Amino acid sequence: MQCQSCKTNTATIHLTEIHDGKRTEAHLCEECAQKEGVTIKNQIPLNELLSTLLSASPEVPDSQLIADEAMMDTACPSCGMTMGRFRKEMLLGCACDYDVFDKMLAPLVEKSQGGNTSHCGKIPSKLPSGSKKQIDVAKLQNQLDDAVKNEDYETAAKLRDQIGQLK
Amino acid sequence: MKLADLSDHISQWFDGSGPSADIVISSRVRLARNIAGFNFLPCLTEDRQQQILETLKEAVLSLDIGSDKFFVAIDAAEPLEKELLVERHLISRQHAAGAGARGAIVANDESFTAMINEEDHLRIQVFKTGLQLKECWKQINAIDDMIEQKTEYAFNSRYGYLTACPTNLGTGIRVSVMLHLPALKMTGQIEKFLNAARDTGLAVRGLFGEGTEAVGDFFQLSNQMTLGISEQDIVNEFTDVIVPKIIEYETLARQELLETKAEMLDDKIQRALGVLKSARLISSQEALFLLSNVRMGVNLKRVNNITISDINELFMLTQPAHLQLNKGAELDTNDRDIQRAEIIRAKLS
Repeated sequence: MQCQSCKTNTATIHLTEIHDGKRTEAHLCEECAQKEGVTIKNQIPLNELLSTLLSASPEVPDSQLIADEAMMDTACPSCGMTMGRFRKEMLLGCACDYDVFDKMLAPLVEKSQGGNTSHCGKIPSKLPSGSKKQIDVAKLQNQLDDAVKNEDYETAAKLRDQIGQLK
Repeated sequence: MKLADLSDHISQWFDGSGPSADIVISSRVRLARNIAGFNFLPCLTEDRQQQILETLKEAVLSLDIGSDKFFVAIDAAEPLEKELLVERHLISRQHAAGAGARGAIVANDESFTAMINEEDHLRIQVFKTGLQLKECWKQINAIDDMIEQKTEYAFNSRYGYLTACPTNLGTGIRVSVMLHLPALKMTGQIEKFLNAARDTGLAVRGLFGEGTEAVGDFFQLSNQMTLGISEQDIVNEFTDVIVPKIIEYETLARQELLETKAEMLDDKIQRALGVLKSARLISSQEALFLLSNVRMGVNLKRVNNITISDINELFMLTQPAHLQLNKGAELDTNDRDIQRAEIIRAKLS
């Protein structure tokens, strides 16, 4: 499709606007879109992103939804934080919240962290060795995923053996 | 060292001497930590918040980090002093505006700061000039190890370092670079860069000014993902892949401008210089915009007798709190515009 403004370049930005129920469409090339002040939002603020993720509940049965709504007022026995308050402020009240509200937080963490669900970075030196092992396994699992993705099956087999030994 | 002593010179990490400093002004690595056994800030009692401040203040002040450091009680600081720290990027705007017992520890050479009771109990950061993220990480990691010997961090094996906001979970690391990208802006390619950065899961913010809009072609690029990827991997990806690509594109855009639009480029640079050398009133927005053009002129050797350090100094010293602390008086907007114009004229002529 040709850009409707300069009529030379290919239109790559397609804008649909609805004003008072009337729908208008614009098809522009990148250059003309910039000239006309149509820019794609540079960055979604983190809070906004979290709010969107929280409110976008996938198709859940009504009964489940009611249960979730009821959970909004459930307070963490340790700090008193509720998911209702978290939804507004986007900050948790204590480390226990991650366990208490796991059901609601786990999907949120996964989405906001690009699908990642476990730590594989630095470990405090004081940590008990059992916990260290768990993180080492997560690290190796990540490397294994990469190796499989890159079809490097030799490395993948070695990593799988290492994981087996640790477990 | 007194806080006001900072206001008459630029920070070392802002002096334009580091690797690739014509495009990458500075590097920063920050870690977010909380203390085990204490609620996070939203649910912390006043007493406990005070207790954290005292404990962490003592722990961090006692560290040997190769530079002397001083403590600022942010809850008791004057508005201008807090603003000075924000303008120098030593504390966040959120920390300046926060509530309750809170503080900052600043190294005399400004290469390190710790914010106590900001969004998390502790946020430590290391700054360096140019592209030096690996060096920043090495240093902050060592400092983090030393603090860990004196306290216990909130940590679990599933989610790593536990933070008040789930977006910092895991490593708690924020790696960022300040970039000057005037040629990408001028050649209309900046949107492409912004979109590509967003698609890669990176955050881009404006560097100066109040809002998030980038004024004067300065951008801050940082990672958003903190869980499921190691600190070293994030730092390596920035240093070896992402930032070199941006440097390459900006350099190509600069060459293209020089080859095809040299007159337009020179006109822009010389007009900017002309206004800066003769204006009697200049707003911070206008100064940023014009200094950005001159900075590119200096980098492309179209301007003589002015150094990058001179320009960087003007960026820093013409900000509102710096102007007022150096003048030793409160100035309204009009007086600040006069003062700003005077400083710029004196430096450039």
